[in-house]
Order: sequence, then C-alpha cells, then structure tokens
Amino acid sequence: MKGLIHQLDKAFESRIRLGIMSVLIVNEWVEFNELKTLLEVTDGNLASHIAALERKGFIEVRKRFVGKKPNTSFRVTSEGRTAFEQHLAALENLLRQQG
Amino acid sequence: METNKQPLDQLRDIKSLMERSSRFISLSGLAGVFSGLFALFGAAAAYWRVNLAPWALRDTDTPFGTGRIVHIDSGVAWFLALDGLLVLLASIRVSYYFTKRKADRKQQPLWGAYSRHMLVNLSVPLVTGGIFCLVLFYHGLIGLIAPATLVFYGLALMNAGRFSLEEISYLGLSEIILGLVCLIFLGYGLIFWALGFGVLHIVYGILMYVRHDR
Repeated sequence: MKGLIHQLDKAFESRIRLGIMSVLIVNEWVEFNELKTLLEVTDGNLASHIAALERKGFIEVRKRFVGKKPNTSFRVTSEGRTAFEQHLAALENLLRQQG
Repeated sequence: METNKQPLDQLRDIKSLMERSSRFISLSGLAGVFSGLFALFGAAAAYWRVNLAPWALRDTDTPFGTGRIVHIDSGVAWFLALDGLLVLLASIRVSYYFTKRKADRKQQPLWGAYSRHMLVNLSVPLVTGGIFCLVLFYHGLIGLIAPATLVFYGLALMNAGRFSLEEISYLGLSEIILGLVCLIFLGYGLIFWALGFGVLHIVYGILMYVRHDR
C-alpha cells in the first residue's frame, strides 16, 4: 500500500498542476488565458504552478507576440506525458487496491 | 479519511477537464429539436408548392428514375431555394441561441479552441458537399441532390463528432445510411430529406437533451 502511494508523482499533488497537465495532454498548444478560464484560477496562482511544471521539464513554454499583445502558450513534453501516464496508472492501482 | 476519496476525485477532475478542454460539449439538444421542426415545416411547404406527390420529381420512364429532370419551373425552383435558405437560417439562429445558453451554464466559452476544431472539421465536408450539389444542379441531376446532401452532411457530422458529443457521430452515421438508401430510391428525395433533416434531428435532439442538458 505504501509502495503504491510512493508511485504517485509529487509534482501532481496540487489539483491545479494536475489540471494543467490534463488539459495539455489532450491539446496541442494551449494559451495562458484559456487555461485560466478552464481551471478557474488567478494569474499569479496559475503562473507559479506553470513555473513549477516547467522546472520539472514537464511542459514547454512558447512566448510570442500576436500583433502588439504578448501571447504565451504551453504544451506538454514527452517527459511530462510519461510522468502523467505513470501518475494515472498509479491512481488506478490505488483504486483497485481499495476495491 | 480524505485520502480514501482522493484517487477517484482526481480521476474525475482529470476526465472532466479533458472533456471540457478538447470537446465542445455545449451543443444543445433543443437546437436539434427546433432545427428538425423547421426542416419539417420547410418540407411541408415544398410539398405544398410543388403541388404533386413527393415522388413526382422523377423521371417516369424507369422504375426508380434516373433523377434527371430536364425542366424545372423557375418559380418552383426559386421557391424551393428560398424555402431551403429560410430553414437553414432559422436553424442556425435557434442553434446559436440554445448553444450560447448552454455554454454559459457549462462555463465553456462559445468560441474557443474546441468549437473552432469542431467548426473547421464540420465545414470541410459541408462546403465540399455544397459545391458538389451546385454542380449536380448545373448538370440537371436534380434527383441526386437529396442523397448527396444527406451523405455529405453525415460525413461532416462524423468528422465534427470527434470534437463534440458522441451523439453527433451517431447522427452523422444515420444521415449517411439514409443518404445511401435515398440514392437507391431516386425520386423520393423530399421524403428522405424530411426524414434526415427533420425526424433524425428531432430524435437525436431529444436524446441529447435527455442525456446531457438536464
């Protein structure tokens, strides 16, 4: 039981981080504002969780200008995808254990 | 005790976010029901204006007809075109209204990556079908237009269904099958049109309403 819990990735303990990953897994590039609307979080909150995921190398950031407005988008890296899939598998295992 | 619930909650959160971010789930069943009703009114009006049995638009020389008619009264042609256009505009208007309402309730933006994906995938087969039918009309192959519209509309829905509720895909499949059957029974286009754009929209609209709207 303890072993199983250890398989859960610490990076995904936060609901918001898990949410960011869930959205990115099924989409190509997602904009900052779109993530904000979907997850219902504040700018600062979202930015700090994104920074954490980026530090881990789970997501990739693209900054560019659309006209005069800065536009930031994110996409999941292959490391991020693997980590997320392992986390999902661990969650499913936990559920199975509990019956 | 919170840890007991956690994995299941997490999985639920993940599923909901994946759906909300990749699929346009705000399509309303009521939009389908009303579009279907408009289509039935439109078909009834066409039936009344043509003033003949619905199967009269066919070549009488062969059992099922070739669907080729050489002459169509221009008054009738204009009436049918206007009739179709009105049904289309009314359906788009009512669909916009109900979809906007549902999107607000589901807190999903009406215009986002999801609806954009869906519309792009819908419009490619749809525009192709539209041009295809114009060319059929140009060649005087009026009887082939009804099956062609149904088949292309079905393909468009199946294409868009991947980005929306699963019922859209099934509706698309039904339209394709109906269109192919219509292709065999050339000359009964109006009946198949009423079935495909009227009855099927109403049936799937009710199904979507019961399963997702309430």
